[in-house]
Amino acid sequence: MLEVKDLHAYYGKSHILNGVNFHLEEGEVVSLLGRNGVGRSTTVKSIMGEVPPQGSIRFRGKEIAGLPSHAIARRGLGYVPEDRDIFPTLTVRQNLELGIKNPRKPGKWKVQQMLDMFPNLARRADSPAGVLSGGEKQMLTMCRTLMGDPELMMIDEPTEGLAPLIVKQIGELISDIANAGVSILLVEQKLSIAMDISHRVLVMGHGQIVFEGTPEELRADDAIRKEWLEV
Amino acid sequence: MLEIILFSLLNGILYGLLLFMLSSGLTLIFSMMGVLNFAHASFYMLGAYFAYTLGMHTGFWPALILAPILVGVVGSLVERFGLRRVHANGHVAELLFTFGLAYVIDELVQLTWGTVAVPYREPDYLREPLFTLFGTDYSIFRGVVILISILMFIALWYLLKKTRVGMMIRAALTHGAMVGHLGHNVPRLFMLVFGFGCALAGLAGVIGGPLLATEPGMAATLGPIVFVVVVVGGMGSLPGAFYASLLIGLLQTFFVAIDASVADILGIFGLQIDPYGEVARITLANLAPMTPFILLVLMLIFRPRGLMGELEP
Ligand SMILES: Nc1ncnc2c1ncn2[C@@H]1O[C@H](COP(=O)(O)OP(=O)(O)OP(=O)(O)O)[C@@H](O)[C@H]1O
Ligand SMILES: [Mg+2]
Repeated sequence: MLEVKDLHAYYGKSHILNGVNFHLEEGEVVSLLGRNGVGRSTTVKSIMGEVPPQGSIRFRGKEIAGLPSHAIARRGLGYVPEDRDIFPTLTVRQNLELGIKNPRKPGKWKVQQMLDMFPNLARRADSPAGVLSGGEKQMLTMCRTLMGDPELMMIDEPTEGLAPLIVKQIGELISDIANAGVSILLVEQKLSIAMDISHRVLVMGHGQIVFEGTPEELRADDAIRKEWLEV
Repeated sequence: MLEIILFSLLNGILYGLLLFMLSSGLTLIFSMMGVLNFAHASFYMLGAYFAYTLGMHTGFWPALILAPILVGVVGSLVERFGLRRVHANGHVAELLFTFGLAYVIDELVQLTWGTVAVPYREPDYLREPLFTLFGTDYSIFRGVVILISILMFIALWYLLKKTRVGMMIRAALTHGAMVGHLGHNVPRLFMLVFGFGCALAGLAGVIGGPLLATEPGMAATLGPIVFVVVVVGGMGSLPGAFYASLLIGLLQTFFVAIDASVADILGIFGLQIDPYGEVARITLANLAPMTPFILLVLMLIFRPRGLMGELEP
């Protein structure tokens, strides 16, 4: 479904991605792991066109590297950025409504359904989204991206800085999304979540993928964990 | 005295509304795209000249609607084929681009319509008095201008608060990239906002032309004042631009109307200076053109974020 080949990316002169290769199949949940600053967010951003990519990115067989991000989103890629980026001056409901790509062709997810799923969002439906707590903002951005009916959703560090109870809720939401048939590329720091819900895991180091395998394989591979994950 | 106050109030509000028609577009463009459009007042001038020329064929009222649309189209094209390319090279390049554009438009206007004012006027029946107070007439046209401005602002408010496009614009004000990630065409939104802002400036020109004068210097006269409005109101704040427009509109109008000299003012405080000295003979009316800039300087010293701005300019 998604095929990334020899992907390079730069911030100014610094070379951040150094030939990233991986693929993701329909219905898969894949986690992208690695220490802080190795380029996981940059990988997702260059797939989304926010950072100019060099190399090949194919989605459903078609090249998307170099397209503007709105065109990439319309191909069926959804992106939940690490800084959440809710629209603070719009209400919770309006945030969700903006997730809809074409109001004349509403998708399978409905605003009301999202609000029913998350009573905390429903209670604040008509307040500016800026007043939400960190966990609520995270729920909102994930729901907002779902409103656009993505076929593949890339979620960047959804649990960062959140309380254990909310982390659990987010894990459940990600499972629900996967069960609804949406493929997921998850960037996570918390190994436990990633290991629980992923079919496959990728480990990044120095701007490249240094390990690819099932969660069990990663669990068994002490050397990789020591070298690239543990601090 | 009451007469002066009342008419200055009305004229000040009128001038303030006109300023807001310019500063609202400038503010929207600035806060969304980060571009301080130096050519904004040139689009105002284009509005007046377009309305003058169109009006000779279509009459006053159709021109009142067509000219701003035409200015909006010109603005959109400038964004699409000029600014958007320059944008890749950063904000300084954009600033220089709009700076150059202002001169290009000014020169083109002089080449097309000449270097002296053109007789762009409202129809005679609009010059009749709407009402007469203390023996002074207030023309129907001035009433019409106030009405158009108010309708304009209701439409602007409705667009921003109640429509989907308005929601996208407000979202893009803070998180432009995210709006794109949701699948909305942000470059096209920028083009629309730029064109819309230019159309508002054009409308200000269409109604400002007959009120002030339609001449090649009109952009250079009003341009700096509009910038003052935006800074005094607080860069990027639409409500701030509104209050600052009215404040500067009223301030300038009252200064023009008050027939007192520096000596008179000092006299009120019991101070005496030589009433025939150079400084003493400066009247408040002489100072009127300076008031926006005095306000600007004071504002930057004492409250650099402006009336309602969040960031320092
Ligand atoms: N806008 C930027 N300009 C310059 N350098 C950047 C920028 N964003 C990230 N970097 C650098 O690029 C490298 C990779 O950043 P990236 O955000 O992809 O890391 P990450 O793996 O997501 O880690 P984390 O999210 O934990 O910080 C880091 O060294 C970072 O300092
Ligand atoms: Mg990151």
